[in-house]
Amino acid sequence: MSDRTVDRVAQATPVRVARKIRGLSDRAIAWIFISPTIFLLLAINIFPLIWTIKLSFTNYKANRIAREVKDVGFRNYERILTDSDTWLNMQATAHFLFWTIFFQVLIGFTLAWLINKKFKGNDLWTTIIVLPMMLSPAVVGNFWKFLYQPQIGLFNYIVSWFSGKDPSSFEMLGSVTLAPWAIVIVDTWMWTPFVMLICLAGLRSIPDYIYEAAEIDRASKLRQFFTITIPMVLPFLMLAVLFRGIENFKMFDLVVQLTGGGPGSVTELTSINLKREAFEKWRTGYASAYAIILFVTVFGLASIYVKALNKVKQR
Amino acid sequence: MTYSKLASASAIVLAATTLSTKANAEDLTLCWAAWDPANALVELSKEFEAESGHTMNFEFVPWPNFADRMLNELNSGGKLCDLLIGDSQWIGGGAENGHYVQLNDFFDAESISMDDFAPATVYAYSTWPKGTPNYYALPAMGDANGWFYRKDWFENPEIQAAYKEATGQDLREPQSQKELLQIAQFFQGREIDGKTVYGAAIFTERGSEGITMGVTGALYPWGFKYENTPGSYDMEGAVNSPEAVEALEFYKEFYKTATPPGYTNSYMGESLDAFKSGQVAMAMNWFAFFPGLYADPNTGGDKIDFFVNPPQNQAGSTLGGQGISVVSYSDKQDAALEYIKWFAQPEVQAKWWELGGYSAHNSVLEDPGFVDSQPFAGDFLEAMAGVQDFWQEPAYAELLLAMQKRIHDYVVADQGTAQEALDLLIEDWTETFEDEGKL
Repeated sequence: MSDRTVDRVAQATPVRVARKIRGLSDRAIAWIFISPTIFLLLAINIFPLIWTIKLSFTNYKANRIAREVKDVGFRNYERILTDSDTWLNMQATAHFLFWTIFFQVLIGFTLAWLINKKFKGNDLWTTIIVLPMMLSPAVVGNFWKFLYQPQIGLFNYIVSWFSGKDPSSFEMLGSVTLAPWAIVIVDTWMWTPFVMLICLAGLRSIPDYIYEAAEIDRASKLRQFFTITIPMVLPFLMLAVLFRGIENFKMFDLVVQLTGGGPGSVTELTSINLKREAFEKWRTGYASAYAIILFVTVFGLASIYVKALNKVKQR
Repeated sequence: MTYSKLASASAIVLAATTLSTKANAEDLTLCWAAWDPANALVELSKEFEAESGHTMNFEFVPWPNFADRMLNELNSGGKLCDLLIGDSQWIGGGAENGHYVQLNDFFDAESISMDDFAPATVYAYSTWPKGTPNYYALPAMGDANGWFYRKDWFENPEIQAAYKEATGQDLREPQSQKELLQIAQFFQGREIDGKTVYGAAIFTERGSEGITMGVTGALYPWGFKYENTPGSYDMEGAVNSPEAVEALEFYKEFYKTATPPGYTNSYMGESLDAFKSGQVAMAMNWFAFFPGLYADPNTGGDKIDFFVNPPQNQAGSTLGGQGISVVSYSDKQDAALEYIKWFAQPEVQAKWWELGGYSAHNSVLEDPGFVDSQPFAGDFLEAMAGVQDFWQEPAYAELLLAMQKRIHDYVVADQGTAQEALDLLIEDWTETFEDEGKL
């Protein structure tokens, strides 16, 4: 059947075109097919990257086109890497990254494990749980700002109900110690469902017969959990961590809405600082160097992680 | 017959006039911040539309995003705005980067004299380099940071007695920064009409310009200077002078002891909300909002009064306000200049003030009835006599963001001392001026 279809297509090809195509090698035809993609990739990804690298060695400012652009060598890199504020931003990002991933994996996996149990209303609960991730980060940022409001915020009232503290005695977004945790809580609330869905896919991919065999071998539930569930879900979990890690390294909108990087600079993540340098201060050369440093960091960490992920998959 | 001929001729002339007007009619877009005076300008501009045949469109952007949005528009050579009422600090960048049309020839041709406008506004909103007769804008909206308070609370005998008992002084409009703080601390956490109220709403916003505009309200009265010698960029000893350190410590104390809880990232909107909801006894904000505040049915009228930013070592208010410029990328510059010519007329300026805009025209400000025309008019005049503005350099955004960071780090985030914050600010500003080739 398929041969006949191929024949029909071949016969339908105009003779002139057929002659031309016959003159091309398989490799040439392959290049013709992939060249639009390669062109787009070069235009959208590679060229801007090369251009950014070039700009990172200059004092270029995009808002001062008339100004002479000077080559400053590694000065931008030197400034960034020796600036204590850069390292504070990195620390804030690392804190945010580590704790959001930790809580999202912990809670996400637990929720997936519970949802995976067959019970009445299972689908409804799944829908309710995934609702936060469907909202816009700007909306989430804004309404959590209200929830954290010390005088009228529901969050403060709930904490005060449990702790007996006056609701306006603490400020989640205004306190240097609490603000980094405030943004962790909101991101965890929003993105735990994503991790849960990935874990759920992992849990549902484990064939029942493996558990049945373990039951026959009289393996305890705990043993089954650690020797069947965890190892089989691990690649999915690692994938979720990779996605969330990359996303949160770039985190911008949610935190800007919540704290604007404050109080002071305690929640000023690297992406917020980068945006300020590039599009508020217009230090394009400096910001390009900053972007390259971040790119190398993410790319390096992601490469190491993907290697580890592949090893786990091969096991 | 004669009548019908006359009527026909009139109709033809009318049609021709209409057609010719239509042929030259342009769709002009004026860009500004989204706030009360912008609505007044829409109303005012209807007269221009009727007179000129041009159509006015408006692009109003909320304050927190105004600079971002408009500076991006200018930097990309965008044609969105034909006219821009840009912040005073943008004048250097607008002039040096070629975003604004220089207006000298136009002013000369149309006999528009800058002597007709308040000198402080001409200096701040129109000239670049500062003080030179190179004009890039017409003063459009005079403004400064001032204060308003709950007059009904201040006049309440019980509250007055309590204040006297607590401080030994009469409760009145503060005559100094320290008295301002004392009053704010008195109200902090006090029960009034069964509700806990707080001292004052001040600016603490981190992202755009908020905390800088707020803290300069303390720095200027203490005698803060940006440079030892104007134009020399020698900041050591000026920016971090003992007076500046004291003023910064004062602002932090104000924030810590006399503002509502959670007031960590607040600017104009939050200040207005805090006052209108009856949360605070006093609030700082731009004079531009005062007409709206006075008209507020709940906290306006007899319940509100206004005062100029109190002096300390000297009088000093933070300058707000803007000039109106023609954007050099506009294809409709002639029509835009027509608008400026129309706007500069004394009678239009008088109506501008009447509608709620702050005219900077001498014919309005020097009118004998001006001081009594609004309850805040006298304060406005007093404030404008002592205004100071932030750097207006082309690199102003860099300079501003550095100050936002250093001040917020110290005042809100409790990092370091006032001296360290100002020392670090000098380092940041020095780096910027070195990059600019000015040091």
